[in-house]
Amino acid sequence: MTIEFETPKPIAQMNTMLQSVAENMMRSVSREFDENEHAIPWSYVEFMHTAMKAAGGGGGLTPGDDKPKEGAEKRPPIGYQRLASQIEMLSWGDAGFYLITPGGGLGAAAVQAAGSPEQRAKFLARFNGEKPTFAAMCMTEAGAGSDTSAIRTRAVLDEATQEWVINGEKIFVTSGDKSFTEYEQFGKGFIVVWASIDPTAGRAGMRAFVVEAGTKGVTIAKLEHKLGIRASDTATIALVDARVPYDNILGSPTVEKTTTGFKGAMATFDATRPLVAASGIGVARAALEFLKEKLTENGVTIRYGLPRNKLTSIERDVIDMEIQLRSAWLLIIKAVWMADNRKSNALESSMSKVRAGDVTTKITQKAVEIMGPLGYSREFLLEKWFRDAKITDIFEGTGQINRLVVARQILGYSGKELR
Amino acid sequence: MYSFEPNEEQQMLVDAVGKYAANDLRPAAHEAEESRELPKKLISKGWELGLLQASIPEAYGGFGERSAVTSALAVEEMANGDLAGALAVMTPSLFATPILLAGSEEQKQAYLPKIIEGEWHPYTAALIEYAFDFDANALRTTAKLSGENYILNGEKAFVPFAKDAEAMIIYADLDGQTQGFIIPKNAAGLSIADEREKLMGINALPLYRVKLDNVTVPQSNRLGGASGHNFELILASMRIASASAAVGVARASFEYSKDYAKERDAFGMKIAQKQAIAFMLAEMATEIEAIRLLIWEAAWMLDNGKEDAFKQAYLAFTGAADMAMMVTDRGVQILGGHGYIREHPVEMYMRNGRGFAMFTGLAIV
Repeated sequence: MTIEFETPKPIAQMNTMLQSVAENMMRSVSREFDENEHAIPWSYVEFMHTAMKAAGGGGGLTPGDDKPKEGAEKRPPIGYQRLASQIEMLSWGDAGFYLITPGGGLGAAAVQAAGSPEQRAKFLARFNGEKPTFAAMCMTEAGAGSDTSAIRTRAVLDEATQEWVINGEKIFVTSGDKSFTEYEQFGKGFIVVWASIDPTAGRAGMRAFVVEAGTKGVTIAKLEHKLGIRASDTATIALVDARVPYDNILGSPTVEKTTTGFKGAMATFDATRPLVAASGIGVARAALEFLKEKLTENGVTIRYGLPRNKLTSIERDVIDMEIQLRSAWLLIIKAVWMADNRKSNALESSMSKVRAGDVTTKITQKAVEIMGPLGYSREFLLEKWFRDAKITDIFEGTGQINRLVVARQILGYSGKELR
Repeated sequence: MYSFEPNEEQQMLVDAVGKYAANDLRPAAHEAEESRELPKKLISKGWELGLLQASIPEAYGGFGERSAVTSALAVEEMANGDLAGALAVMTPSLFATPILLAGSEEQKQAYLPKIIEGEWHPYTAALIEYAFDFDANALRTTAKLSGENYILNGEKAFVPFAKDAEAMIIYADLDGQTQGFIIPKNAAGLSIADEREKLMGINALPLYRVKLDNVTVPQSNRLGGASGHNFELILASMRIASASAAVGVARASFEYSKDYAKERDAFGMKIAQKQAIAFMLAEMATEIEAIRLLIWEAAWMLDNGKEDAFKQAYLAFTGAADMAMMVTDRGVQILGGHGYIREHPVEMYMRNGRGFAMFTGLAIV
């Protein structure tokens, strides 16, 4: 092993390609889809689906199959590193668009993490199909946000028909509409619904169920209007006596005294937190680059190398922003590098999310402040990036939840010892 | 490729330095700070770890190759034991490393073998000046070419072991550029203050004011010879060292306050079980790791001659100074009233932590 900071060549090449996608297919229509919330940018969705299929990515953003071709020299795996870079680059284009990049998203990640080989084969093949296809994760409820153990959605087995009957309401489902509503232009998607099969068992009773698009009893009750990432739909999904085949349960159908099922969900988060963090960093980089460009246009140069007490306030701010951005990105790279190398990264994963949540909000807020009226105006995308950035500190575990995860890790405390 | 694991050799070094820091430096730190004295044996033992020796090629009497990454790892580890002690052990590097990086062949042969053979000798360097707007790239001390010689005038501050130094590099402004000059002991016009500097922290390290009154040296004493050298490379190496030391000190404060929080009872539980304390610790750990990676990257860029390496070293240095202040302040806060008392080391870490904004020139990787 060694200490190295060279961006792997395949990632550098991919970044060049994605930058042109970001500039030509995202930035150019960013404002339009911010102002027309819930409109779907078909051309981006279709282009990405075709491009990712051609690249062998299984029709979606995934860590991919890293096995080297036969006879090729064995190289260290970089699947998660590549994915983090893709997400950063696409979010530099538009974070809302990134979220509607077709593919399995968190729904497929749950199947991947908690499903059997048969289930994986059955549910995941569709993402490589003719049409762009979506899947979503339904975890949060009105009364259960960060405290996922408070989930009240119930799944009961109907012994006669051998079907699960699910009742409950899920909120804040990212891409819930695209995953569940059967649009002509999309392939048939699914949602993964977390529900309890035994409310007396707490987290041990929690299971995930694959609910196919169009299932009877399931409705999109509402699409949220949000502060930012408005190109991405966020749905409320109601389940009233929704019937799901017996085999759609992920994990064991019986309740043991362990919380493995739930830990499956949490393991998904270890993998996805640095990726969400990477999205935020893309937005922050867009804001910082824009700020520096405008400062240069206005004759302001940043005098790197001067002692702190000789810098102007703007110079200090910009230098701080660069420090924050780069160091946060390196935490992400380390977390995904660990994932690629099969090292346990619960600590690093949450650290990267804590830091990214902090710095993306701070950088975008500061950039708007420094740009004054130009920062506040809708003429530029900066005010949009400010709004988009805030989600980084909220979804996939708020900054506070991730601080709790980090604290438990460094203190060696269980969830009981540090609540 | 990205990779975040020290190689075997680096890990062995980190382990050895870590052992010395924990078993020798840290237990002696409090007494050394209060008495303003570092035991000679303590310094010798640190010197025997061979950090400098391992960074100098065989041709000059050493047994290795300099790597800013490796040095950054070692500096963090050593400063984690005690900052003043670490700076003392590494003082000869202030003279040797710039010669290795930028010296002429003649200078390398004249000094490097002499410095690293046998015992720790006090060779040092003088960069800092006593001015609120001190800037390593705009020095008030001047060097002027006069015939075959350079004539130096001015005053330097915070010069480690100046009193006993065999020789020192003095940085001065030469036609708007910072350049180093090798000044031998007892040079005419060189005067070293009798009284040591009195500072907020690092009191165990003997630091002196040094005056230059028409100190005259031949052209061959200019670092790099008559044509001089690139000071940016030396400055970046100093910044990375200072930043790494900041991580070491911050880590010491984090570790101490974390252990304390797990022992201290309040309201029927350990204070670490309170989110107010636990969140502070989580942020400290995150900040330390983030800045450490920034420093590693800067060091790696320097080792690999990457464009922007100097800028990155500046960012790492600036970020580390802020981080060290934030973390060491919280270390005191977590201990509350006890943090303010000198029996616990966190108040010393806080005093040391504030220094990193101006510690450029007291260490080099």
